[in-house]
Amino acid sequence: MKTAVIVFPGSNCDRDLAVAFEGMSGQKPHMVWHKDVSLPAGLDVIGIPGGFSFGDYLRCGAIAARSPICRAVVDFAHRGGHVLGICNGFQILTETGLLPGALMRNRDLKYICKDIDLAVKTTNSPFTNAYRKDQRITIPIAHHDGNYNADQKVLAALKAEDRIAFEYCDNPNGSAENIAGILSENRRVLGMMPHPERLNDVELGGMDGRGLFVSLAKALIHA
Amino acid sequence: MKARVFVTLKTGVLDPQGEAVKHSLASLGFQGINAVRQGKVIELDLAETDPARAEASVRDMCAKLLANAVIENYAVEILS
Repeated sequence: MKTAVIVFPGSNCDRDLAVAFEGMSGQKPHMVWHKDVSLPAGLDVIGIPGGFSFGDYLRCGAIAARSPICRAVVDFAHRGGHVLGICNGFQILTETGLLPGALMRNRDLKYICKDIDLAVKTTNSPFTNAYRKDQRITIPIAHHDGNYNADQKVLAALKAEDRIAFEYCDNPNGSAENIAGILSENRRVLGMMPHPERLNDVELGGMDGRGLFVSLAKALIHA
Repeated sequence: MKARVFVTLKTGVLDPQGEAVKHSLASLGFQGINAVRQGKVIELDLAETDPARAEASVRDMCAKLLANAVIENYAVEILS
């Protein structure tokens, strides 16, 4: 399985995600700089990491979403490629239009960095097939702008199409419908605010994030 | 030619920052504030000298980057 991690000025979870991808695929991911205009050939999965790309200027993820490499990422997704956006990566995916809605300032205006409980809402995706439906997992969040917002029509569609991947058990940031992560229509693009790559090693205090990478390996290695 | 862009949150989109400003104003003794909505102003200095072309160009910038149509509205003002 061939993977890549996109790196922007201000990304700070790119190496954590690279370690997780290497554990999943057995190969080092390509680290792709934001100014590159094309992606390595034959990629199976692209990861857009957490951080504060371009200092969160204008809106979180707005500048990154217009960078040269993001055009290539959008094309990759439109061709059916798998894309995982975590935290700032989720914000970037909404700004590119690959995922609907927007991430706004947290309800209580505070940056929140702590472990929270999530419920896995669907196992019907290449990112969640190794979990059980409604399984509760504990994963850290670390964000100031994770308050998911979308109009009623979008929220109804996300529910009806089983595209809510993760929900907060105790909503920390005011997100609509307790949404912590959503899937694209073709289920191959996942954006989520919590950080599964940070709980993917017993040495780091837990393994609840590992299921996401095991899911991707199951979906793509046997595909 | 100068232009000013006003970006505001759409009606119905909760504005946690506006809410916090409202509570702070109330704590300072300001009364009768029904709502506070916070937005941003972006000032542009353009080489373009034709007001109609400048406005069209700035509107294109709003649609492509300056505002997020999912949650924000924008207004454009062209200054001589």
